[in-house]
Parts: sequence; structure tokens; C-alpha cells
Amino acid sequence: MAEIKHHLSDAILLAYSAGTLPEAFSLVVAAHISMCDTCRAQMESFDALGGALVEDMDSVQLSDGSFEATMKLISEKAKDPIKVARRTNGIFPTPLQEYVGGDVDDVAWRPIGMGVKQMILPTSKDASARLLYIPSGAQMPDHGHEGTELTLVLQGAFEDEEDHFGVGDVEIATEDVHHTPIAVGPTDCICLAAADAKLKFNSLIPKIAQPFFRI
Amino acid sequence: MKDEVRYSSIETASQSALALANRAVEQFTVDGAKPLDVIKAPRELWVAEIRRIQQHRDKQAFAALFRHFAPRVKAFLMKSGTSDALAEEVAQDVMATLWTKADQFDPSRASVATWIFTIARNRKIDMIRKQRRPEPEDIGWGPEPEPDQDEVMALRQDTELLGQALAGLPQKQRDLVQKAYFGDLSHSEIAAQTGLPLGTIKSRIRLALERLRHELK
Repeated sequence: MAEIKHHLSDAILLAYSAGTLPEAFSLVVAAHISMCDTCRAQMESFDALGGALVEDMDSVQLSDGSFEATMKLISEKAKDPIKVARRTNGIFPTPLQEYVGGDVDDVAWRPIGMGVKQMILPTSKDASARLLYIPSGAQMPDHGHEGTELTLVLQGAFEDEEDHFGVGDVEIATEDVHHTPIAVGPTDCICLAAADAKLKFNSLIPKIAQPFFRI
Repeated sequence: MKDEVRYSSIETASQSALALANRAVEQFTVDGAKPLDVIKAPRELWVAEIRRIQQHRDKQAFAALFRHFAPRVKAFLMKSGTSDALAEEVAQDVMATLWTKADQFDPSRASVATWIFTIARNRKIDMIRKQRRPEPEDIGWGPEPEPDQDEVMALRQDTELLGQALAGLPQKQRDLVQKAYFGDLSHSEIAAQTGLPLGTIKSRIRLALERLRHELK
């Protein structure tokens, strides 16, 4: 696998660790982390901070019979199967495969013009996620997004005036980024993109795309 | 490039926080106690309790974990704006999940508190926000079922230092770190500037991942 050059920001990784991101963004983060140990390590260190915060909490009173209720819950839960996501063959990371219902050959593509195809993925409504298929040489569709958009390359590559994004790279674009990326290279480009829902604008998201560290 | 600069700044900040934390640990040695004795404190116990659940389905070990963590998990959920009743329900579910998933806990990868935090976070998203949480794919663990004890110890020390550094922050900064986790993102960038020793934990996890990738090849 080629070296990943464009990573998630610490603000996004922290929000993922804290569990405050919309589902569509979490999907891109989970997919990227599946491909990138640098971001996985950073995310797990934010988990460690979450653990330190839990340890640091002042205890509050539990309900009467709380322990007994939990033991009862355990006997009920014992029947639930435990799922562990492991890498399978294919180009999609496991979390994405769960949304597609398979790998690249199982995608229900819909043409949206100029040879570009997409599939909208089922996520919560506060943000949207979709797969994009852009033939090499074609321009990436103008998403007309507000707020933040994350784009993860799964196959092929795209580039704009400044940067090249290959497999595993993630682009973090804000509404003030105006550029015209083009799919490049010998294979067509497949990306996973998440954006704020246009109608239900989430004011938290623009903030997390801001440069995080001002040290 | 930007990312490299950013990571190096957090690491520089973390290094200085770590130096501070180390000095704090050294002070314990003045009256003759070894810093390791301080570091070993209670968390080692929690790893042992989990092991007893893994191996013997030990209810007493679970009860001890429950007494310590259930009131903290509930407090954590209530701080995130959850009602007492719902926080109670989710906290019970978190503790029940701890029992049923005890086999998945790896003490060379995370502290018990960290593992419980991730369970609480996931149950919160599921039960309170009613959303799915896409999880990164599992890398899977090597052929030997026993985690490397040196790694377990090293991670425990890092965790202890992180806890001490967190406890040593001025109240204002601690509040900001908490707010980042309780859903008030506008403060998260400040949280990252408090110089907590995350850099060492990140480096250690990174090394563990590299070794694992190598073993799986």
C-alpha cells in the first residue's frame, strides 16, 4: 500500500473518540483508520484520555438494586453474538463493506453525469455519506457543500492545483475551499465522501475543520 | 507536511508535560519508595479482576469492578447531559457489556478505564443518540494469547502518568478537556493544548501496531 500523506486532523479524531461526530463522518474516520496506523494510534491515545477522564470522575449514587439489575442484564446478553470486524478480501475497509453490503462489485452505482457514478449510503440524517466513482481524467463533481466535507480515496487518485491524493489519503475541505480536483492515474478513482447535511446544518462541524493546533 | 508539523508540536508539548509528570513521580522517591510502587497502584488490580472474569467468570471480581466503575461511568454520562434514569440504564448496560466482552480486553493495548470508556462511548451513541457507530476493522492479535508483560507494564505506567498529569492540570484546563469529551467541541482545540502526555501513549500504540502488522505478514 502506498504511503498515506493526508491524514485526519486531531480535532476530528478526538471528536470520533469522544463519540460526537455524525454517523457519516464516523464512517469516513473508521474507514481511514482501518487503512492508517498513524491515525489509529492517535485515536487510541484520545481513547486513553477518555479513560483517564472516567477514572477521574467523582462517583454518583447508583439506583437501589443496580448491581442485581446488571447481573440480570448479563444473563440476557449472554445470547447475543459478538461481532468483530476483520479484514476481508476486497478494496473496501470492513466498516464500509457493512454499509455497502459487500465490496466494490456490490455497489449499487447510479450515474450522475459525465461518467461519474455515486451511491448514497444509509446513515443518520445529520450528515450524508456517499461513494463516488470518477473516471480517470474526469473532474470531481461539484458537491456544493456547506460546512465540512471529508473525502477518502479507496482506489486510484485525484489531484488539484496543490496536492495529490492517493489510496488511503483523506481530504478535509471546508466551504471556503474552491478547487477543481481531477481524477488521475491509470485506474478510475473511487472515493468515500461525507458532508454536512445541507438542510440541517450542524454548526459544530465547521469548527472541527479549523486548524487544530495553534501552539 | 502540515500534518507533520502539527504532530511534532503535540509531541513537543507532550514531552514537556511528560517531563513534568516524571518529576512528580521522582518526588515520591525522596522517602525511599520506588516510583514503580507508586505507579503500580490500583490499576494493576483491575487488570487482574478482568482476567478473573475471562478465566473463571468470577462474580466477586466483577462486583469489585462494578463498585469502582459503575458510579464513575454514570457520572460521566450525566456530565454529558444525560438524565439520572437514562445514565443509570446505560451504565448498567456498559458494565454488563464489560462482562460479556471480557475476552476481548487486551491489557497491552489499553487500560481497563480506557476500555470501559470506549464501551460507554459506544453504548451512549447506540442507546442515547440512536445512531450506528462505524468501527475501524480489527487488526487481530498475534498467535500468542498471552499479552507481553513488559508492554502491559509500560502501558500501565503511561496511563498512570496521564492520570497524574490530568489531575495536576489547573481546574480551568481540566474542565476544557472534559468538555471536549462531553460534546462541547468548540473547546476541543484548547484541550489539545494543555500538554497532556499523549505523545508517549501514541508512540507506544504505534510501535505495537507496527509489530502486529509485521507478525501478521
